[in-house]
Amino acid sequence: MSSHAHGALAHQFDDLDQQREVASLGMWIFLATEVLFFGGLFLVYSVYRSWYPQAFAAASHELIVWAGTLNTVVLITSSLTVVLAVHAAQSGRRRTLVVMLLATIVLGCVFLGVKAFEYRSEYLEHHVPGMGFQFEPDYFLHAQIFFSLYFIMTGLHAVHMIIGLAIMSVMVWMSSRGDITPEYYNPIEVSGLYWHFVDIVWIFLFPLLYLIGRHVH
Amino acid sequence: MSTDTTHAHASSPTRVYYVIFAVLLVCTYLTWQVAYFDLGRLNTVAALVIAGVKASLVVWFFMHARSGPRLTLVIALGALLWLAILLALTAGDYLTR
Repeated sequence: MSSHAHGALAHQFDDLDQQREVASLGMWIFLATEVLFFGGLFLVYSVYRSWYPQAFAAASHELIVWAGTLNTVVLITSSLTVVLAVHAAQSGRRRTLVVMLLATIVLGCVFLGVKAFEYRSEYLEHHVPGMGFQFEPDYFLHAQIFFSLYFIMTGLHAVHMIIGLAIMSVMVWMSSRGDITPEYYNPIEVSGLYWHFVDIVWIFLFPLLYLIGRHVH
Repeated sequence: MSTDTTHAHASSPTRVYYVIFAVLLVCTYLTWQVAYFDLGRLNTVAALVIAGVKASLVVWFFMHARSGPRLTLVIALGALLWLAILLALTAGDYLTR
């Protein structure tokens, strides 16, 4: 097994530790750019919400709170399974590693399923901005801004989830092939960093989109 | 990474993960419930503070920022710094019109 792990060392690195640090540092830098990518949307959200607080509260009320809460729990649980997968990879327990990765994929699919259910009900209630949009007349215009931001932000997040699921599927394949060892588990760790970031984005999206002015009604 | 399994206690690493997981669930419950109380502007503050705590826990424990190289923290704080610049300069414009 050690000869296999040695083969995992790319020639530009001194040793596996250095290689591992470089791999995770690269992901951290990518995630820093992602913070600003999503940050732009959070900025637009903040400006419009400060301009039209009542319309945003009214529109937010139309979202399905239990679905958003459930999805928050689902994603936090998936972060736990990811971190347990990384730990299993570090300690060389291949079976646990594969099980945890599969659990992560299942939870990710549950998240997207709930999201699809929400999108469907919002479509049926004519809350998709555009020609078919319906809302109380006072907030008709500005509620569309909220729903535009809602669909763009959750949509972009969902795209990240789908990419995450693809990455995790590759990780299952690599793990079951035996490519992951205690000496070489960078792919699991780096994929995990990405997954946790996507979880963090949702941690902010949930209260900002679903829970505005809930105390009013 | 300081996770040499010969040094670490056999069960302590995963135990931390379960504890953090439980705290994250409690925070989710809190952020959900607190939204139904009328705290005025503090509703938004509470939501953001709880989300910030949750995000910090994920970064510190799940993303191993606490045991990783210092450079990792520099990158993470750098991201926050640039985000703060983005938000502050724009707010300085829009909120003073």
